[in-house]
Amino acid sequence: MSITKLGAALMAVLTPILAHAQAAPGIDETINAAVAPVSNFIAGIIFYSIPIGDVAFPLIVGWLIAAAAICSFYFGFIQFRGVKHSLDLVRGRYSDPNDAGEVSHFQALATALSATVGLGNIAGVAVAVSIGGPGATFWMILAGLFGMASKFTECTLGVKFRRENADGTISGGPMYYLSRGFAEMGKPGLGRALAAIFAVCCIGGAIGGGNMFQANQAAQQIANVTGGEASFFADKGWLIGLVLAVVVGMVILGGLKSIAHVTEKIVPFMAIIYVTAGLVIIFSNADKIGWAFGQIISGAFTGEGVAGGVLGALIQGFKRAAFSNEAGIGSAAIAHSAVRTKEPVTEGYVALLEPFIDTVVICTMTALVIVVSGTLDSGLTGVELTSAAFATAFPWFPIVLAVAVVLFAFSTMISWSYYGLKATTYLFGENKTVENIYKLFFCICVVIGASMSLGPVIDFSDSMIFAMAIPNVIGLYMLLPVVRRELVQYQAKLASGEIKRFF
Amino acid sequence: MIKTYIVGYDGTKPSQRALEFAAKAAKGRGADVLVVHVLEWSPYSFLTMEEIAERHKLREKEVIRARAEVDPVCEKLCADGLKVSSEVRYGDPAEIMCEIAGKHPESIIVVGRKGTSNLASRFMGTLGISLIQASPVPVTVVP
Repeated sequence: MSITKLGAALMAVLTPILAHAQAAPGIDETINAAVAPVSNFIAGIIFYSIPIGDVAFPLIVGWLIAAAAICSFYFGFIQFRGVKHSLDLVRGRYSDPNDAGEVSHFQALATALSATVGLGNIAGVAVAVSIGGPGATFWMILAGLFGMASKFTECTLGVKFRRENADGTISGGPMYYLSRGFAEMGKPGLGRALAAIFAVCCIGGAIGGGNMFQANQAAQQIANVTGGEASFFADKGWLIGLVLAVVVGMVILGGLKSIAHVTEKIVPFMAIIYVTAGLVIIFSNADKIGWAFGQIISGAFTGEGVAGGVLGALIQGFKRAAFSNEAGIGSAAIAHSAVRTKEPVTEGYVALLEPFIDTVVICTMTALVIVVSGTLDSGLTGVELTSAAFATAFPWFPIVLAVAVVLFAFSTMISWSYYGLKATTYLFGENKTVENIYKLFFCICVVIGASMSLGPVIDFSDSMIFAMAIPNVIGLYMLLPVVRRELVQYQAKLASGEIKRFF
Repeated sequence: MIKTYIVGYDGTKPSQRALEFAAKAAKGRGADVLVVHVLEWSPYSFLTMEEIAERHKLREKEVIRARAEVDPVCEKLCADGLKVSSEVRYGDPAEIMCEIAGKHPESIIVVGRKGTSNLASRFMGTLGISLIQASPVPVTVVP
């Protein structure tokens, strides 16, 4: 589809919606009222919380942390023992030069990271420390370290049970290891059921958390930075949404990969600016580093001044880590399964670096900057808190942060559009018409997400991302022995020299 | 004594001139010709998820296309009585050419040049310039 035709098609579909939205300001409420009961019910189940003391502990967070801890113990803390091998793989030391031209481990890692690094690292962490105090950082790091093992497990399985299509492309992810892995164990019915549940949740998650939520946050951030309430963009979310939708459409429908390449080149650059600025702030407050770590450690075990004490800090930290690095959700397994490798375990090794970079490095950085800059008691939260913390050293930083938020949102949307697409083709077969309907719907949802304050809809779709963890983690538990077999035979081949080191 | 003429060939006009030059010289000296087609590739460039899924399929197509470029000219040179072999590789052209030259001690690299006196392309550096700076064997740049 040509770009102009695409733009015209989008406009044709969207104009009546927008006109209606403009004419009837009550449309948000109408939709909210219609969706709220269903949304509240489902979100209520997914985020079902048990009250511990004065704080609510969402069971889904416990579910993800438990999975991460069990994987860690089951594989004897592969995330620490195997990290050197991970780095060697990423550096291409085990890559056969004759395979040049295939996707490298570095490329797989970079692409998967671009899907997880985003708002969670900037806004989510700020929420965690503003509610859970500095101590939340400690629990966040701990959860990030455990999450490395569940990432390892799911990505190994993703490659192990992927399907090679007739045209040479590859489809993989939890849908495939649930259906194929369970079939091998003689439980094909259960496997197919779990796979179908996963696929449905994945489509919901892609449209919601991976799209509407991102568009919504990007639009808000643009409005905030251009003057808040008085901004030209304050009531023009639809305009921002439309621009975003056209750009997203050009990439996913129009096949204009160059746009994705441009953003994906800027995103690492943004991440570097972010981390560098963070380090500058931390080191310019060098006298406070010891104090900050003291706050983090003592906060973690005393929970001083935090609602719910130690448990309050712990829950905030765990929640943020789980929300940010997506370990146990199953999304990364879709991305990694497409890589061409003879040994499934190699993708597991590479993938275990993701929670480390995402949570242990970038999230911790944000938390430290907030603590060290002394903005924690300012009463702010979310992006505004992070923004204020960085602004103490660099007054121009909020603008950079706004650009970063928009770009992160964009790259997350592109990545999740792919996850949703894979789930769609799993359910409906590889069919161009179905794919294009999905992609067009995805673009329309960008505008809807950016223009409307559909709280319940976003809650609902966000809960779908975490619903993915239910079938996925069941799959991980059942297939743990398969991963161990793969790991053992791989390590034997490494030891015997059958797998050669080339550089 | 030169035993092998390593020619960078991608089917473009300058590379055809380089191959003609090398073939003539090799014939005169009774040397072999090694035709090398390097497909530019960096393991650190960014790929979208869809590109990752399609990479293997695309790579196979690219190799077939490159072979279709290289094989006919090799056959033609063979028919002329030359001993010709060929390689299709992925990577940085200069690096790959140097690596191949390293395996053939008594060889010479022959590449073409676009023939522009454009200032920009001089600063950007061309394959010829990179080879002259890094090659382990003599380099001939055919105008």
